[in-house]
Amino acid sequence: MSDQYDARKLLALACIWAALLLAPYWMPPLGGYTALGTRVLVLGLAAMSLNFLLGFTGVLSFGHAAYFGLGAYGAGLSLKFLAASSPLALLMGMLLGGVAGALLGTLIVRRRGVYFAMVTIAFGQVFYYIAFQWSSLTGGDDGLRGFSRQPLDFGLFKIDILSNADYFYYFVLFCFALIVAIMSFILRSPFGRTMLAIRENERRARFLGIAIERHIWIVFTLSCFFIGFAGALYALLNNFADPRGLHYSQSGDFVMMAVMGGMRSFWGPLLGAAVFVVLQDYLSSVTVNWMSFVGLLFVLVVLFFPRGLLGMVRRKLAS
Amino acid sequence: MTLLTVDNVSRHFGSLIAVDDISMTVAPGELRAVIGPNGAGKTTFFNMISGFLMPTSGRIIFDGEDITKLWPARRVWRGIARTFQITEVFPELTIRENLRIAVESASGFRLRLWQTSEEDRKVRQRVDELLQMSGLGQKAHRLVGELAHGDQRANEIMMALALRPRLLLLDEPTAGMGDQETYDITQLIRKLHRDQKLTIVLIEHDMRVIFHLADRIMVLAEGKMLAEGTPKEIAANEAVQAAYLGKAAA
Repeated sequence: MSDQYDARKLLALACIWAALLLAPYWMPPLGGYTALGTRVLVLGLAAMSLNFLLGFTGVLSFGHAAYFGLGAYGAGLSLKFLAASSPLALLMGMLLGGVAGALLGTLIVRRRGVYFAMVTIAFGQVFYYIAFQWSSLTGGDDGLRGFSRQPLDFGLFKIDILSNADYFYYFVLFCFALIVAIMSFILRSPFGRTMLAIRENERRARFLGIAIERHIWIVFTLSCFFIGFAGALYALLNNFADPRGLHYSQSGDFVMMAVMGGMRSFWGPLLGAAVFVVLQDYLSSVTVNWMSFVGLLFVLVVLFFPRGLLGMVRRKLAS
Repeated sequence: MTLLTVDNVSRHFGSLIAVDDISMTVAPGELRAVIGPNGAGKTTFFNMISGFLMPTSGRIIFDGEDITKLWPARRVWRGIARTFQITEVFPELTIRENLRIAVESASGFRLRLWQTSEEDRKVRQRVDELLQMSGLGQKAHRLVGELAHGDQRANEIMMALALRPRLLLLDEPTAGMGDQETYDITQLIRKLHRDQKLTIVLIEHDMRVIFHLADRIMVLAEGKMLAEGTPKEIAANEAVQAAYLGKAAA
């Protein structure tokens, strides 16, 4: 029985990766365009990073956009002032988001539930206002401009991810796969199982000898590194970093993607992000009130499919 | 020889004195029952031994070391495991996964990102051992949240046992169970005590269970110690009878 289950799981995985690998070929005929696929990947990675904390450790951060935004600014500033290198920009963005998360994490991990969420919002807003006010460095309300992603230089040959949208898509997909592989590796490890233990029952986990605060801090920090990396990719995608990328409403969007897609499933947030981004792209060309429709869909999903879209699909397949 | 010494421990909640100056010593291999009417302070007393609550005053010594101020996980690492009055398990995981997490935690793999195949084999072996001992083997792949209360409780006890404790604290292990389930759990505890020489302190309401299992009994009432002795002595104690009939303690 478990063999059959594993076979089904492998098949699902193969389908997901095939769809992602072939996206530049099947999206345009369906009315999409490659950059939209890239956006899904980047925001999906952000939602999956948040869900690493939310879905697998059961801790709700409502301020993860701050680390996403810091990742974007880190990448932008690196390209603008340090060196014209895309990989360096990604590294700097990830470090800025991750280190900020690690430091603030020490202050928040003792809080729980609503208090944890409130403190994460508060710290997130601090970064938002810094980005908003420090115009000389960040460009303030206008955002950080004046940089663009650079072609990948391998010495012998160059890959022009700047002007070729398909190349950039595959570059992002490669980065996405890297982070996703790390996440899934962690989740399969003994440490990953302690994450589930904390989510399932914190009291029991504590009395199995798991040092809860330390574990939550590690997961929080990892999740900030991951989302910082996603933020850096976002800056490369747009050649622009926006203070609104740090705002708590952006954090809310990430939570929405995770919950809508299904926060108990590894791939759920990616599906949530895809639905969110595609609806936004389509509806915003029809009406300025596109958010009310996305909100309506969100409410319907939460009411009727509490395990999210992917959770529902899974249940259908299982029965 | 003593394994656990509780030395004049009190716990206040504001003006309420939940536990008032209680002392107790438990010898290795002993099975000690703590009984008393509702509100006697039994669970508070337990919570101080396991580290869930800190005492307002007094000391707790485990195997020669003062553990009064240690946080719970550190007490677990020293060999104190517990279960709760309301079963605390991982409901959306299978029994096997529940036990696996406990075994890995006990093996010090909590922060590990990988295991050698040898370590993995040992963990699986230990999980199988625990399944065998508990009689839960048939249901190993079921989600714990879907099981009957008695099975969930057995699972919780096995998780505590996976820690290879030197002292096992059981808070009302048969609470809310039918006769058959109560009997099964009692047999399980008896087996652990007899065969593994495990030191156990348990809180219990069911007198049949207590008199069947306990080496010694401590009786609490209104936060104070009322009596302490063998089951026979306790059965004959007038103050205890008075307390259980609801009169003021003599």
